[in-house]
Amino acid sequence: MDRIPILKMGDFLLVTIQVDLYDQLAENLETDLVNSVKKFDSKGVLIDISSVAIIDSFMGRILGNIGVMSKIMGAEAVIVGMQPAVAITLVELGLTLTGITTALNVEKGMELLRSKMGLGYGQNNYHDNNTE
Amino acid sequence: MTTILNREDFVVAREQDVVPLRNKVRDVAVKAGMSILNQTKLITAASELVRNMLKYGGGGSVAIETVNNGRDNGVRLVFADKGPGIPDIEMAMKDGYSTGKSLGLGLPGTKRLVNVFDIKSTVGEGTTVTIIKWKNG
Repeated sequence: MDRIPILKMGDFLLVTIQVDLYDQLAENLETDLVNSVKKFDSKGVLIDISSVAIIDSFMGRILGNIGVMSKIMGAEAVIVGMQPAVAITLVELGLTLTGITTALNVEKGMELLRSKMGLGYGQNNYHDNNTE
Repeated sequence: MTTILNREDFVVAREQDVVPLRNKVRDVAVKAGMSILNQTKLITAASELVRNMLKYGGGGSVAIETVNNGRDNGVRLVFADKGPGIPDIEMAMKDGYSTGKSLGLGLPGTKRLVNVFDIKSTVGEGTTVTIIKWKNG
């Protein structure tokens, strides 16, 4: 069965979605990520969706689930690289992805994760969708 | 007056058919000269509808057409299933309504992404959803 690779980098997990997501693949990713957070005692999860051209309500919900599940497991999830057309489409569809932390690109996402963990990476001032 | 310039039929029987369908719709939209944003809206709408068709209608067929209304080219998609049908379409078109476990954004959200949205359903016979996205719509 197809799976999206999850890379461990120190305290973080990195996921780059390079293929078109179909339901089973997205569901596998959700399960694999939560299991990996436990296995590697990860503090942060970074998901790069810059190659994803389509996010419909199902995939949007999976991304939301990943954010919430990671949090419950004690890790922060940041989704980075959303294409402008995808962002516009999601909002018109009615999916605002509340509860998901986002950043513009991988670099900013990593800085955001580091700052959230108090590892210090300069003064950060990033936008955080979380209502905390 | 809408004229059909080209038509292809696509059968959707299982989840694995969704990605090829999305790619097919993208190809047709690109050929029609649609912008990236309108392509994204159309493909997302198609993805929502095909998911509904698989979940509630047990699969079905999709007609992918390039159409012209005299001013503009566009893509028309007709999703037809022989499922149980929708007893109350008005209710199904309300934001937040869902009989399944989804968020209930499917139909009303999809309608917002396209220029024309038409749904016909007969209980016991099936459901047909027609959408059009104009190139500059």
